[in-house]
Amino acid sequence: MAKIVTMKEAAGMLKDGMSVMVAGFLGAGGPSKLLHEIAQTGVKDLTVMANDGAKTGWALGELISNGQVKKLIATHIGLNPEVGKKMNAGEMEVELVPQGSFAEKIRAGGAGLGGVLTKTGLGTIIADGKQVINIDGQEFLLEKPLHADVALICGYKVDKNGNVWYKGSARNFNVVMATAADLVICEADNIVELGEIEPENVMTPGILVDYIVDGGKA
Amino acid sequence: MDKALIKDYIAKRVAKELKDGDVVNLGIGLPTLVPNYLPAGVKVILQAENGIVGVGPKPTPEEASPYVFDAGGGPASVALGGAFVDSSASFGLIRGKHVDATVLGALQVDEKGNLANWIVPGKMVPGMGGAMDLVAYAKQVIIAMEHTQKGEHKILTQCTLPYTAVGVVTLIVTEMGVMKVTPKGLLLTEYNPEFTVEDIQAATGCKLIISPDLKPMA
Repeated sequence: MAKIVTMKEAAGMLKDGMSVMVAGFLGAGGPSKLLHEIAQTGVKDLTVMANDGAKTGWALGELISNGQVKKLIATHIGLNPEVGKKMNAGEMEVELVPQGSFAEKIRAGGAGLGGVLTKTGLGTIIADGKQVINIDGQEFLLEKPLHADVALICGYKVDKNGNVWYKGSARNFNVVMATAADLVICEADNIVELGEIEPENVMTPGILVDYIVDGGKA
Repeated sequence: MDKALIKDYIAKRVAKELKDGDVVNLGIGLPTLVPNYLPAGVKVILQAENGIVGVGPKPTPEEASPYVFDAGGGPASVALGGAFVDSSASFGLIRGKHVDATVLGALQVDEKGNLANWIVPGKMVPGMGGAMDLVAYAKQVIIAMEHTQKGEHKILTQCTLPYTAVGVVTLIVTEMGVMKVTPKGLLLTEYNPEFTVEDIQAATGCKLIISPDLKPMA
């Protein structure tokens, strides 16, 4: 069952060298307050899996600017110029993954699957070094699962069992990332009592969430 | 052609390719102008790959919600009767062939329908975002772009930049004409009467097949 902890306690759970999934899309719908707290801890050499590098100096962008990220696995880095700069300077490694494959690799990692077969990336440099598998006469690229030590997610309503309801398009990568890490920390815009989220409307079941932090946004 | 009019001219022509009820994903920039020109009686359902099915009109700053944003990270709205999904489900819709058409720009496109639009090695590495999944799976892949880039050919016998996908483009619409990708090469089906067929061929890096039914763009 999920436990409510302070921002400082949650940020302290990240250790040097860990792999961390960070939800959000250009930072939106992601755990921006928790990321700001983590930026203060000085934890370093993180391997981060996130859709993008957020924006310069904000959310994940703050960790990137601080030089806390050793490797970034992402789908798009164009809107945070710091990422390209650090990559070109050799200060940060970047691995680019097509966005649909990225989501599905994480889903596979969280759902006990050995990988994903997709046509995305066939015939491109994304296929370099990857296995191409023929299924009933059609070629697919094998994309292997992604899993992390920690996933940082964010929900609009989070009940005290850790059940999460996401608002608007903020759901994005939160749902799959909550399944694919050993430790899941959820920033809550609103911590609510049990029953305030109807069971039918729970988008991430609380059994996946280890710790809740109060983001106090709304 | 007057530079300021080019984008709208292209968008207006692309709009005619869409049918009532089509599910359409639009790339950033020029493609976002397409809905402004849909013929009377044609309504399409816009999909944003970050998790909106049925994107509504751009909100005013007062209406904007931090929880509703599009794939460019900017404020968005959901249309009445629309839906939000998570990233994995969103790309499931794309790969599952539930998206009828995608309209996007290109750095280069060639006569075999190969597309390059995500990287200029050593210069620009924004990443592919969702483009690789979209073009690999959408039923129609419409490239909407200016015919040349500062006089350099963009439509070629073979792309020189790394591919986004191979053999996926179905139609190319530029300010000079409309080209259909066929097994024999690019078929020029329409031309902008401001240019001659010779002008269009000269601005193109591969041999165009001129349709016997060639007609002016309108």
